[in-house]
Amino acid sequence: MSDTTLHSGAAAGALAPREYHLAHEPHPESGTALGFWLYLMSDCLIFAALFATYGVLGRSYAAGPTGAQLFDLTLVAINTAFLLLSSITFGFAMLRKQMNDVKGTLLWLGVTGLFGLCFLALELYEFYHLIHQGAGPQRSAFLSAFFTLVGTHGLHVTFGLIWLVVLMVQIGKHGLIPANTRRLMCLSMFWHFLDVVWIGVFTFVYLMGVL
Amino acid sequence: MSAQHTTHVSAHDGHNDYGHHDDGAPHSTFSGYMTGFVLSIILTAIPFWLVMAKVIADRNTAVLVLGAFAVVQILVHMVYFLHMNGKVEGGWTLLSTIFTVVFVAIAIAGTLWVMFHMNTNMMPAHPTVPAEVQQGATPGTPAAPHHGSP
Repeated sequence: MSDTTLHSGAAAGALAPREYHLAHEPHPESGTALGFWLYLMSDCLIFAALFATYGVLGRSYAAGPTGAQLFDLTLVAINTAFLLLSSITFGFAMLRKQMNDVKGTLLWLGVTGLFGLCFLALELYEFYHLIHQGAGPQRSAFLSAFFTLVGTHGLHVTFGLIWLVVLMVQIGKHGLIPANTRRLMCLSMFWHFLDVVWIGVFTFVYLMGVL
Repeated sequence: MSAQHTTHVSAHDGHNDYGHHDDGAPHSTFSGYMTGFVLSIILTAIPFWLVMAKVIADRNTAVLVLGAFAVVQILVHMVYFLHMNGKVEGGWTLLSTIFTVVFVAIAIAGTLWVMFHMNTNMMPAHPTVPAEVQQGATPGTPAAPHHGSP
């Protein structure tokens, strides 16, 4: 830190100005990425608790419908494709950002938002379909755990979409100023993190639930 | 990577988020994203195919195989999309991630372990329950409440 540097003027009695400043500082240049990462890791713990709950209750059907009867894997595969595509298009937006291309960044962010919206629409359709069949969250412990876990992920995607739209407005207004690139970096981490959680959801809830 | 920036960044720049042009974000490349994307498609398509075409008959084997694919794909996302390595933020990102992984593993494995033992040991009308306990229970209610499948 700059405070540790002793200037010759300040240290009048010193024999020689002594430098305490290290060329390679042990702490990160900007703590934002690390701080946001720690938030994501704490979010990970929420999902761990929900996954554990689903693991315990996932076979308690209360004589109701089972996962094998309810889940439509084709729908889940399309949903997974939407989320995976939105991840790579966000990557393209980050590459455009590195080239300082405001229009390109906004274009790819828009495409990412559209894929995210498709994902959310399909998930809401699935929920509506399940509740319409009488397989709502009140039906059995399995369905309560299912709706809580998948719904929490969907809620995260919803807030990610709101953040995306707000950030697009900010970039459109102010361009790729340092504050906006920092926000973009955080949203990128958030978005890719949601994709990582979805890997757990489609594997442990849908694929293993159908087995 | 940000290695070339750290060498000439002065002490004042290092603490100013607005003046810093890189924000500690690792430099991403097109080939990196595409590698991650192609690997993810493969690692997603195979598990879906395994389940939808009913390739593996044994349930336990299928669960292990699906779990392995999920772990590999999560690693691919971490490396290629989240740019995880030992150098970002002086290694603190990796360290906090390892801590979270250990915590999550203990939480999930521990929960399943404890709860499934509870389920087997607290089944209602268990044959090993002594006769006086069963007589003492109120008629019509099971000795131990069981929230699972009846």
